[in-house]
Amino acid sequence: MAGYVVRRVLIMILLLLLLTAAVFFLFSLLPADVARLTCGKICTDQTIEMNRMRLGLDKSVLEQYWIFLKGLVVGRTFGEGPAAVVCEAPCLGYSFTRNEPVLDLIVARLPPTIFLAMGAFVLFIIGGVSVGVYSALRRGRWQDKGVMGASLIGYSLPSFFIGLVAIYFVIIRWKLLPFPSYVPPWEDPVGFVQTMILPWVVLAILYAAFYTRLTRSQMLETLNEDYIRTARAKGLPERVVVRKHALRAGLTPIVTAAGLDFAGLLGGAIILETIFSLPGLGSLAVSAVLDPDLSILVGVTLVTATFIIVANLIVDLLYAVIDPRVRPS
Amino acid sequence: MATSEAVEAPATEPPEGPEEIQGRSLSQIAWGRLKRDKTFIASCIVLLIIVLVAIFAPFITGLIGVDPYSLDKEAISSSGGKPNGPWGGASLDHPLGVEWGTGRDILARLLYGLRISLLIATTATFLVVILGTLFGVISGYVRGFTDAAIGRFMDLILAFPFLLIILALSGAMTQRLTDLGVPEGNASRITYLILVLGIFGWPYLARIVRGEVLSLREREFVESAIAMGASSTRIIFREILPNLWAPILVYATLLLPTYIAVEAALSFLGVGILPPEPSFGAMLSESVQFFQLVPSYLFIPGTVLVIVVVAFNLAGDSVRDALDPKAVK
Repeated sequence: MAGYVVRRVLIMILLLLLLTAAVFFLFSLLPADVARLTCGKICTDQTIEMNRMRLGLDKSVLEQYWIFLKGLVVGRTFGEGPAAVVCEAPCLGYSFTRNEPVLDLIVARLPPTIFLAMGAFVLFIIGGVSVGVYSALRRGRWQDKGVMGASLIGYSLPSFFIGLVAIYFVIIRWKLLPFPSYVPPWEDPVGFVQTMILPWVVLAILYAAFYTRLTRSQMLETLNEDYIRTARAKGLPERVVVRKHALRAGLTPIVTAAGLDFAGLLGGAIILETIFSLPGLGSLAVSAVLDPDLSILVGVTLVTATFIIVANLIVDLLYAVIDPRVRPS
Repeated sequence: MATSEAVEAPATEPPEGPEEIQGRSLSQIAWGRLKRDKTFIASCIVLLIIVLVAIFAPFITGLIGVDPYSLDKEAISSSGGKPNGPWGGASLDHPLGVEWGTGRDILARLLYGLRISLLIATTATFLVVILGTLFGVISGYVRGFTDAAIGRFMDLILAFPFLLIILALSGAMTQRLTDLGVPEGNASRITYLILVLGIFGWPYLARIVRGEVLSLREREFVESAIAMGASSTRIIFREILPNLWAPILVYATLLLPTYIAVEAALSFLGVGILPPEPSFGAMLSESVQFFQLVPSYLFIPGTVLVIVVVAFNLAGDSVRDALDPKAVK
């Protein structure tokens, strides 16, 4: 088991290196002139040239990549003399439109994104899995058909439309909640919940639809297995049969999907953060697109992709815990 | 779902006499199932109407006497540009009302928006099918080093946060396309969307195809073709590809609605289609400013979008159920 973990971690590090290279080259090769993008509309030729020097864009792409990697490990300094900007390790780059290291910007935007992801995750996993089990146990009856129809519609709803509809009814028409404005939970817990509750529920509805369908199909498959009949024949209570025998066997794909979805959410629910004006990673990315600020985009892309790769690893390791058959020898 | 109504049909055939047993191909079985599937028939009718309306949009708008671009100063108030009359200025001239500030006809914009959405979604899906099948077949047929290389490359693409990368690259890539000679503005934006959706979408399909090819390769009819000295080209095109259409069709029908929603989301975030060209996302994005006063802005394009996506998903679901050889229907 230990060897397996070590091997997987090594592969993960290799993939991360490849990924930084891919992101870096994608972003440094694609735009016509990166330096021109660093300071927006108020650029003079002089500032562009200065930023070109500061960012090291006068060097070759390979050299730039090496400097970038080195910056991740030991930090780096942009420019020379009194105008120099120090970016401490791990340096993900420096945003000249906001005059802040990219990592600081990202860290500052993480809490709303993490709160959104965690709240929605708890809601849609509990909701989706339990409704899926319910639906599978009533297969073919009207409850099952109703759940499947509703989940197909939920699955098809575009997130920005349902978000706007929720704002229209709950906030504007029924005035149940104030307009969303994010405050950290330690400053104003009530205001925090009032802001987060709608995005949590909207996100949960969208994702729960998928988990309901997945859980149902998994349950239907395992409920037909011989060992379920055996378990029932032994006289085990139905509750134990469903939870311990059927659900556990069908859990693997659910865990995979959940791990990847959670990692994806940590990268920022771009659309919902925009609609509910949450200052998270997603809205940072959107504003960096509109600015445009490439160093922020590279940073956010890398951080998000890292979440996904790490989640992949965790999911694979969890397999071994859930399903003894996958346990490597 | 309604598909389960057809369960008993094959089992009730009376076993009298030495009746001839007919072999039926997968497509015959699937078609037999689909013909009896009411959900499928209903969603197909809706889809047919949608596609026809999109294709004949110029003709239809000409018939009603509206068009998506012309500004109607009569329909909006001269101060502030609020549409005259209730329901966003709905009248005989403008059945669904007019746009705030410009007086452009909503119905016409909806029909033209449908055209663009379907154009982008179908072309991108087509691209995914081509790339996914190509790489899937190569990967599964050649195996060995090629397979491993393609596999790791797909891992890398899958690690990218999809929506974020589309957003992040939009500015630079659109610029590049313009430099390459694609007309500036919406032409290069549409090209960008199609390319990026295709390029980041194919690995999922390639994985499915690869798995199918791996198992087909071991089947007797492929072995006998190899034994008879058939060339690889012949085996791939005459023996393997004809057996792949079912999973590819299922994947494509379920991918198309996703891409319609993604296109709308991107236009909503401001990286898709730009006004005055109409699109679902752009219309919904504009509606945000006014939907407190004129909710129909939000609900008309949103509802049409949901109907389109749900109809595609329902049809895709039915096709998948019908083509599933394990299904007990």
